[in-house]
Amino acid sequence: MSFFRKILLIGLVSFYVPSSYAEMTIEITEGIESALPISVVPFGMQGASGVPVDVSFVVDADLGRSGYFKTLDKQSMPAKPSTAEAVQFKDWQALGQNYLVIGQVIEDHGQYNVQFQLFDVYKGEQLMGYRMTSSAAELRRTAHHISDLIFEKLTGKKGVFSGRIAYITSSRQGKQSTSKLQVSDADGFNAQTIASSVEPLMSPAWSPDGRKIAYVSFEKKSAAIYIQTLATGERARVAEFPGINGAPSWSPDGAKLALTLSKDGSPDIYILNLVTRSLTKLTKSFAIDTEPTWSPDGSHIVFTSDRGGKPQLYIMSSQGGEEKRLTFSGNYNARASFSPDGKSIAMVHGNGSDYRIAVMDMATKSVNVITDGRSDESPSFAPNGSMILYASRKGSAGYLSAVSLDGKMQQKLVFDSSEIREPAWSP
Amino acid sequence: MKLNKTVLALAISAVILSGCSEDEKDASLTDGTQNTASGINDASTSGLNNGSGLSGSEMNASGMYPNAGIGPEFSDPNNPLSKSTIYFMLDSSQVQDDFVPVIAAHAQYLVAHPGQRVVMEGHGDERGSREYNIALGEQRAKSIASMMKVQGVADGQLEVVSYGEEKPASLGHDEASWELNRRVELVYQGK
Repeated sequence: MSFFRKILLIGLVSFYVPSSYAEMTIEITEGIESALPISVVPFGMQGASGVPVDVSFVVDADLGRSGYFKTLDKQSMPAKPSTAEAVQFKDWQALGQNYLVIGQVIEDHGQYNVQFQLFDVYKGEQLMGYRMTSSAAELRRTAHHISDLIFEKLTGKKGVFSGRIAYITSSRQGKQSTSKLQVSDADGFNAQTIASSVEPLMSPAWSPDGRKIAYVSFEKKSAAIYIQTLATGERARVAEFPGINGAPSWSPDGAKLALTLSKDGSPDIYILNLVTRSLTKLTKSFAIDTEPTWSPDGSHIVFTSDRGGKPQLYIMSSQGGEEKRLTFSGNYNARASFSPDGKSIAMVHGNGSDYRIAVMDMATKSVNVITDGRSDESPSFAPNGSMILYASRKGSAGYLSAVSLDGKMQQKLVFDSSEIREPAWSP
Repeated sequence: MKLNKTVLALAISAVILSGCSEDEKDASLTDGTQNTASGINDASTSGLNNGSGLSGSEMNASGMYPNAGIGPEFSDPNNPLSKSTIYFMLDSSQVQDDFVPVIAAHAQYLVAHPGQRVVMEGHGDERGSREYNIALGEQRAKSIASMMKVQGVADGQLEVVSYGEEKPASLGHDEASWELNRRVELVYQGK
């Protein structure tokens, strides 16, 4: 399992770094012009047996990938200081750098002391400095944590680098197809398979506390919804009615699951109380009603329905009641996903031949198409609301991509599998 | 086995085409007929003897005759029961006219064989959202089930499951593949 990981910052730099368990490529296809110049100097290392993870490299990659920063490649650095005393701010000013990150990783009896400092190059002063301890296994997470701290300090937004993503892959051997539910770090590393079946797996949904994933499995040759606890691998079957058992979506308080059942005829939205196990039918149309998603305050449900002839989004109270149509432009609007602040929703928007990701402003109801693929689907917001992760395809190759809400910043994540879909960003 | 019969059938045609004598021709034809009668379950032989009746794409899409084990009529290309896949238009669950006689034939068979059960597997193409395609696949399968019920098939003989876009028949990403993937497969469960 040795792959090369490639990081390509368009118009800036490209380099290769071998890694023992990298599984994907990140390619920033469009960046924002206001990206802040920052230098992440390779951290100083002290210790007998070496350091298993290049912490500063992970931080550099995280910040570059966010699109908010333009990182300086190692070869262009005037020096490699690892202590504050060794920093010559003028050298970095001359290179047009706004910020500088230095640090050290010191091995101590199998543990690692990681310290870093962030400087404002023009003011010549420290903005932040931390020292933390990490096991070898946790070093990569520690690096992502450092990226989060730097990102929040400089942009005012919470970083999303230490988050995780869940997704479905499928592979084929002859006539046999295997479907896998996998969870990886937000940068695609440390991918782990948490469920695998020769029948389809679908629709992974994170619980609000990030500890469980609900998903659909056809392992018994018909659909059922399971909830699996990540830490233990234990799972419970929560819906196995005749017909469709699909599209699970957690209420923000984690106590309920909205889902689609067709046990009474046409697919309708139901709410399953996970504590009392009581089931409430929310929609009652004779058309297709599916893909429910909760507003972040739990008050409303947005869902897809073809009651008007074509699939469009509708909104209703999560307590039941009147159903109001939300989308009117385009003949296909489906699979809604709320932004964490509840001010916008992402959706799959079809115009007849192409299916793209669009964002609707909930206040003005204006719709902005932000991707340009032919079959883009399954939009999922980053927990800080800055990006939308989605599945796309070019020719026979499927991949995951992330796009900023205005569509200006785009990054392509290419995993080992060319059949990868339904990404879900952890809370 | 299949190949041998194909070669034999081709050899027979060659003899006919080469304009041999009446006697020889009769002998060959008799041979061919007997062969068809004895090897009636062999999809390839039956298909070749009726060369113009089957197009290549139909053969590929249905994976030959998946229900051939149920009875000889399911692999006779002249019998509508040999068709086990019903195709649909984009974003539609309406049965097209071409398939009405196919569904009627299956309904008749099921009425005459009340011990038989069939699973209707609904599918869609890859475009649009996955859960909506699950719903669409179910609607497709249910529209066939309701036609069959009207024609007297018992509820207990019919089961519907939708796989949406999760189990494509054709792995391509173009219109030709999408057409083959918008389908309902009738899968007999045997006795």
